[in-house]
Amino acid sequence: MPIKVLIPTPLRPYACKQPVIEVNAQTVGEALSALVALHPDLRKHLFTEEEKLRSFVNVYLNSDDIRYLSKDATPVTETDTISIIPSVAGGR
Amino acid sequence: MALSISRPLLDRLRRHGEETYPYECCGVLVGSFDEAGDKKATTAVACGNTRTDSPQNRYHIDPAELVRIQREAMLAGHGIVGFYHSHPDHPAMWSATDLADAHWTGCSYLITSVERGDAVLTNAFVLLDDEDSKRFEDEIVEVTAE
Repeated sequence: MPIKVLIPTPLRPYACKQPVIEVNAQTVGEALSALVALHPDLRKHLFTEEEKLRSFVNVYLNSDDIRYLSKDATPVTETDTISIIPSVAGGR
Repeated sequence: MALSISRPLLDRLRRHGEETYPYECCGVLVGSFDEAGDKKATTAVACGNTRTDSPQNRYHIDPAELVRIQREAMLAGHGIVGFYHSHPDHPAMWSATDLADAHWTGCSYLITSVERGDAVLTNAFVLLDDEDSKRFEDEIVEVTAE
């Protein structure tokens, strides 16, 4: 089913500058796979060489972190939105 | 690359650092990019600092807050263009930690030194290049009246 993926500003250059990309998927994992299949340049920014999500990349299904749902196996529906959000932190 | 920000907005984020002193404040800049990659910040969203274990020298914004801010920005036709935080009694200069934990390439990172409770200097840096070779570069800030 179609589902929207929100692309954060630093990744938009690798996704044809689009803020939202719609893919077909049944789970979050399928959606992310479909996303990088459509825009291969995104792959190295989202995944390690072992094809795990990079540690600073947070993925939310609506308002929930997928780490606390079923991770890649989290099912999605047409009304859901996936957000990709790199971490923001630091300090002196 | 350059960042345009209004004086009232800049004053607001500086004041945030004074309000949270002696702890680091943090927040998000919302606005737009132009074709050249220059940014205009139109809103500053104050965020909570989840680093309650070490708030005097560390900050972290809850990704759930970022999700909400990003979503609301996009509904308004904008996007996240940068972030700000403060350095209590420390220079307005990025640290190794600031760089290690920065991942929003092309976005502005504003740092305000807050000395004994008063905001002193605010500097801006733009994050460049990929994660494996990222670096901060000093960024020109145009402060507008409105």
